[in-house]
Amino acid sequence: MIAYLIRRLLYLIPVLIGVNLLTFALYFIVNSPEDIARAQLGGKHIDQSVVQDWEDQHGYNKPLFYNNKETGIAALTDTLFVKKSLILFTFNFGVSDSGRNISHDVSQRMWPSIYIAIPTLIIGLLVNITFAMLLAFFRQTYVDLSGVLFCIIMMSISGLFYIISGQYFIGKVLQLVPISGFEGGFSAFKFVILPVVVGVIGGIGAGTRWYRTIFLEEMGKDYIRTARAKGLAESRVLFKHVLKNAMIPIVTGVVVIIPSLFLGSLIMESFFGIPGLGSYTIDAIRQQDFAIVRAMVFLGTILYCIGLIMTDIAYTIVDPRVRLQ
Amino acid sequence: MARKHLSKTTLLTLAAILLLTACKGKPWNDPYPAADADANVYYASFSEQPKTLDPAQSYSVDEAVFTAQIYEPPLQYHYLKRPYTLIPLTATEVPKPIFLDANDEELPADTAKKNIVRTVYEIHIQPGINYQPHPAFAKKPDGSYYYHNLSAADLADKKSLADFTQTGTRELVADDYVYEIKRLADPRVQSPIFGFLGKYIQGFTDFNAQLKQNNNVDLRQVPLQGTQVVDKYTYKIIINGYYPQFLYWLAMPFFAPVPWEADAFYQQPGLANSNISLAWYPIGTGAYMLEENNPNRQMVMTRNPNYHKEYYPMEGEPGDLKAGLLTKAGQQLPFIDKFVFTLEKESIPRWNKFLQGYYDQSAISSDSFDQAIKIDSAGSPEITPLIKARNISLQTSVSPGNYYLGFNMLDSIVGRDSERARKLRLAIATAMNYDEYIAIFLNGRGVLAQGPIPPGIFGYREGKEGINPFVYEWNNNNQIQRKSLDEAKQLLKEAGYPNGRDLTTDEALLLNFDVMSGGTADDQAFYSWMRKEFNQLGIQLQIRDTQYSRFQEKLRNGQAQIFMWGWQADYPDPENFLFLLYGPNGEVKYGGENATNYQNDQYDALFKKMRNLPNGEARQHIIDQMVAIAWHDSPAVWGFYPQGFLLTQSWVAPTKPNEIANNTLKFLSIDPKLRAELRDSWNQPILWPLTVVVLIILAGLLPIFYYYWRRQHRPVRDNNK
Repeated sequence: MIAYLIRRLLYLIPVLIGVNLLTFALYFIVNSPEDIARAQLGGKHIDQSVVQDWEDQHGYNKPLFYNNKETGIAALTDTLFVKKSLILFTFNFGVSDSGRNISHDVSQRMWPSIYIAIPTLIIGLLVNITFAMLLAFFRQTYVDLSGVLFCIIMMSISGLFYIISGQYFIGKVLQLVPISGFEGGFSAFKFVILPVVVGVIGGIGAGTRWYRTIFLEEMGKDYIRTARAKGLAESRVLFKHVLKNAMIPIVTGVVVIIPSLFLGSLIMESFFGIPGLGSYTIDAIRQQDFAIVRAMVFLGTILYCIGLIMTDIAYTIVDPRVRLQ
Repeated sequence: MARKHLSKTTLLTLAAILLLTACKGKPWNDPYPAADADANVYYASFSEQPKTLDPAQSYSVDEAVFTAQIYEPPLQYHYLKRPYTLIPLTATEVPKPIFLDANDEELPADTAKKNIVRTVYEIHIQPGINYQPHPAFAKKPDGSYYYHNLSAADLADKKSLADFTQTGTRELVADDYVYEIKRLADPRVQSPIFGFLGKYIQGFTDFNAQLKQNNNVDLRQVPLQGTQVVDKYTYKIIINGYYPQFLYWLAMPFFAPVPWEADAFYQQPGLANSNISLAWYPIGTGAYMLEENNPNRQMVMTRNPNYHKEYYPMEGEPGDLKAGLLTKAGQQLPFIDKFVFTLEKESIPRWNKFLQGYYDQSAISSDSFDQAIKIDSAGSPEITPLIKARNISLQTSVSPGNYYLGFNMLDSIVGRDSERARKLRLAIATAMNYDEYIAIFLNGRGVLAQGPIPPGIFGYREGKEGINPFVYEWNNNNQIQRKSLDEAKQLLKEAGYPNGRDLTTDEALLLNFDVMSGGTADDQAFYSWMRKEFNQLGIQLQIRDTQYSRFQEKLRNGQAQIFMWGWQADYPDPENFLFLLYGPNGEVKYGGENATNYQNDQYDALFKKMRNLPNGEARQHIIDQMVAIAWHDSPAVWGFYPQGFLLTQSWVAPTKPNEIANNTLKFLSIDPKLRAELRDSWNQPILWPLTVVVLIILAGLLPIFYYYWRRQHRPVRDNNK
């Protein structure tokens, strides 16, 4: 298994180089270093010499991939791609084009995202599994049919609707919690309730339907028929056998998203004023801050790959038949 | 028995509901700490994160909200007087220009402007002004600095400015102002106005070149020709030629003092890794200092304990007394202890929190406009009953800026000197219904523009004499009226495009509208509206939308044909608007702000005269001539002057909108007790609907449980029987 993990981690290197290359190429097809400089300097009274100074000071005065002015390996290394993108492999994210330390910002902003993401994930899982089990228990009855209909309706509604409605009814009409805002520590509780409730409700439709399908698939298998034939109560069949075996796809599905949880949610954080990482990349794209874009894409790729590796490991834990070789 | 039990349960439930709904206390939805409920704290929001608070770099309105309270340039604008008047801030008086000839001999004040080779501004600052407490000034008993020249090990655990426990202060001196002017030319700082000031401050570009040669130099050691420290409290700025508008620049944070200790402290390696820099932790002498800088959540400014004595103005405009603007006359500033700015990216939560009393003032977004404002039959805005019921007041003010539809005068179809192109531009100007644009896209928050100069700026003319006679006329009801579409079509015909067909090619006239895409749904509506306006003349309009940087590049390269653009004043002088059409300020040839690249020798000659004149009849006369030329040549369709609507809670003392000055927070005052009372009464939690929802869910679950119970206990059928 260790050899397998090392191999998977080594696969990460070409994946990261590829993603870096792609991000770099796509970004500089649309933007030039001068665009980045002007975006940072503002729109009024900007002189070309100031733009040049900015490029010099921020290291954007180099060619993209090949430096004619250098010889040997320096012609390849003294370029924007190497200096700005490949340097990320040292996990030195550097400073943003507006002058802030990216690692520091990420470390500060990931926590508010986690404050929202973890409770939403856990409570959402509990609610969805409970509801899905209820529907599976009452399969092919009016309870099941109306539950599925309810799920489809919930899935059809835009996530934005839940956010605005939640803020309107819970925050504005009932005045139970702040409409938006955030505080660290224990004070976070009152700010987290609303986004978590909205996140859980917004996820009920899709989550429940998915888990219901998993449960129904398990319930049709021979071992369940055997359990029933033994005379086990339906609740025992459901909790003891169906749930246990259905946990394999559930756990693997959840584990893959865990590493990316701290990247946050753009809309949720924008509306609820959560100072997380959700809008970090989008804001950076809008402000043409390439330093942040490249760092976040790099980080996102690593986390996604780690999520996939964790899924593989999770398989071996929840299903002893699986072996990583 | 069951009946008795049921009634007991019902009674208990009802009692619980009553108890929950009857509890009256502090609001649950208060986003601020309970301890601050009746504190003298002003709450506001911001939607765009500041990028830097370094006074040499910051040039955005979003940043000026903070920088203008923290930094103190030598001059400021009078809070109440209009037209906007410069008064001293840290200076003892507004400096008088001293004119010099080529031999640096002083010239008389009434000397001809063409003879002036240099102008000197000698600025005396008030003694006894101290900086805010800051670690950069903290000194040990032996006189050395606590936090200068720290080792990497010393800095390892410093993650925020609060980790530096010792603070100090020192007196503001003339050197600090000169130091900041040098920073404006420092290539390491990259001030956006370096290029602009290079044209004026003596030796500015040479100083920049000198610093490029020696990258890590201490700015105090390198003299700048255009600045001179006379004594501890006096310094001189020497500018090339005559530029009377330079005084206005002395009221901007660019010319605020920066102590050398700031660089000595912040440039220590390692601090930048924790985002501890002048860009994020400013050092100033202003009424407020930045206590918390978290641009992703909250910016907090607290009262500067070392703030020098400054008093609320004793006089203002006629009407200010009646408006309650002089009730605090002569009282020491500032009034509020703390300002808390919270990031609100979305307008809906921001608006709802304002209605709950959690923001003290609010602008009005399009989403909430109908809830706040209704337009009466005369077209004037008034607040809705919802807003009136909360004693919220509305203030409107026209911003010193303009938005226009520009024609690229280098373009072969809409530009250049030909009469044909001029008539085409005039036809478009006549057909474009900006009244409709203001109503549809701005909810009426704009004033129809007639020329480059907006209301409130010297040179603007109101009423009949101020209308553009090529596009508008004054009707019998003494109202402005756009000329008819037939007249526009006639102009188009005279231009050689009858019904939008080019006579020379016999093809439909196709024009290009270059625009930056905002990526919103409103964009498509706006493009449709633009096409409709041009279609009235039979002209086909092609929309070329692109991202902001591409759009700017098109303007710089002269590749745009027709574009919408705007200008916000740097200072309240007509020169700052009329230079938008000044030939040597053309964007393509000279990299200036004249985006249309308009060039007219007569206009340019008049501009040179006008910019050197003081406000008065002679200046007005020249401005009238310049505006008339612009109307005739029509390099732009003058669209609108943006209008700001501001809602203010009842606990905020009357304020006067000031669209030029940004350092006005020190004049604000609130009644925190009234606010706390109103917030409490507006925000009591309502719990009974929640109880009802829980009961409904329980009621829904009962039959399910019953069904489950029946299913588990039903007798097994024997199918063999």
